[in-house]
Amino acid sequence: MRSLLDISDLTVEEIDALIAKAQDIIEHPDQYAEKCRRKKLATLFYEPSTRTRLSFEAAMLELGGSVIGFSEAQSSSAAKGESVADTARVISCFADIIAMRHPKEGAPRVAAMNASIPVINAGDGGHNHPTQTLTDLLTIKREKGRLDHMTVGCCGDLKFGRTVHSLLGAMSRYEGVDFVLISPEELKVPEHVRSDILNASGVKYRETESLLEAMPELDVLYMTRVQRERFISEADYVRLKDTYILTPDKLENAKASLSILHPLPRVNEISVAIDADPRACYFKQVLNGKFIRMALILMLLEVE
Amino acid sequence: MLIGTIVDGIVIDHIPAGRGMELYGYLGLDKLNCEVALIKNAPSGKRGKKDILKINEVIDLNFDLLGYIDPHITVNIIRGGERVEKRHPDLPDEIRDVIRCKNPRCITSTEQEIQHIFKLTDRENRVYRCAYCDTRAK
Repeated sequence: MRSLLDISDLTVEEIDALIAKAQDIIEHPDQYAEKCRRKKLATLFYEPSTRTRLSFEAAMLELGGSVIGFSEAQSSSAAKGESVADTARVISCFADIIAMRHPKEGAPRVAAMNASIPVINAGDGGHNHPTQTLTDLLTIKREKGRLDHMTVGCCGDLKFGRTVHSLLGAMSRYEGVDFVLISPEELKVPEHVRSDILNASGVKYRETESLLEAMPELDVLYMTRVQRERFISEADYVRLKDTYILTPDKLENAKASLSILHPLPRVNEISVAIDADPRACYFKQVLNGKFIRMALILMLLEVE
Repeated sequence: MLIGTIVDGIVIDHIPAGRGMELYGYLGLDKLNCEVALIKNAPSGKRGKKDILKINEVIDLNFDLLGYIDPHITVNIIRGGERVEKRHPDLPDEIRDVIRCKNPRCITSTEQEIQHIFKLTDRENRVYRCAYCDTRAK
């Protein structure tokens, strides 16, 4: 029995197999409509996350399974003081697989250590969110036809953005991927990402503060939100905030084949004027998230 | 400084200077009824100074813990007044319930009764990370 807690739990071959399975689901949805009949997914969401929870639930329903669970800690036994370990043991009696979101880092690992059914980490604080990374990888694969030999720009909050760290880790395992890390000085990738992911893999990367300067070479642009609360100085935030908002004029020198991704929710970092641009992929990304979660549920439940 | 000769017991030598008391606590030596001596800042040829622990009884030692403190520590087992064994602990792949995660966002900060587990992620630099949240051990 396997769980998915961290994207590094999966080998490159397993990621490729999941992507291939998701693509097959997209092409032949009817063949998968009953694959999880009589199986139950428990969505244990200790904090609200409508998009991720509904994506998991839609994924299970489209596989013919059913869904139980809760969407906030207050409506669960956690409000009475039950531990994550005990909740995992109890839910194992009712469901076949768990998707857990929790504000505490490592909570899904505690669940996996105590559950007798697979556990999927659906986001644990600022730590991991592996199904978001799988979503990103499927989107890039569908848009580019490959996951190797390309230049990926990551823009915005690269210090606290867990989705960026996971994406760097996952894509640095593919050959010929170069990264351009675009952020203000205050929000550059942290040292542990630099040493454990970038330097350890030997991947080629460079850092810049200018989105405009980096734009012409990018095949993929992964946008994240620059949040006011991350800055010590209000003056720095005001100075930098508009630099990392993607507007149509900033795309003038971009490749026609560029793919723009964003983990969502978006606030103002991508202008709505970009939404109609064929290079905008962030809503396709949401749809891809459902398909890759379907593939993951099948894999963890060992359903062929 | 004179410390009584051990007949049957353990001498933990080459403890990094200043960490003997920490090790004393980790090993639970305060709970022993036998004689235990902690020598601080003893002269050391290699390091200038070192700490030494002498335990006047052969007890089960947590070698993973010693390896985590410093794999250069030497453990001498004494029987009948003679050293019968000399061991260096290995750097353990994992340590359980020795140190606690300092990350306030880690599940170990709220979940009762779970083991505090740290895994060795970089042997060369002796880096341990929390098995739950990946925070580096200080």
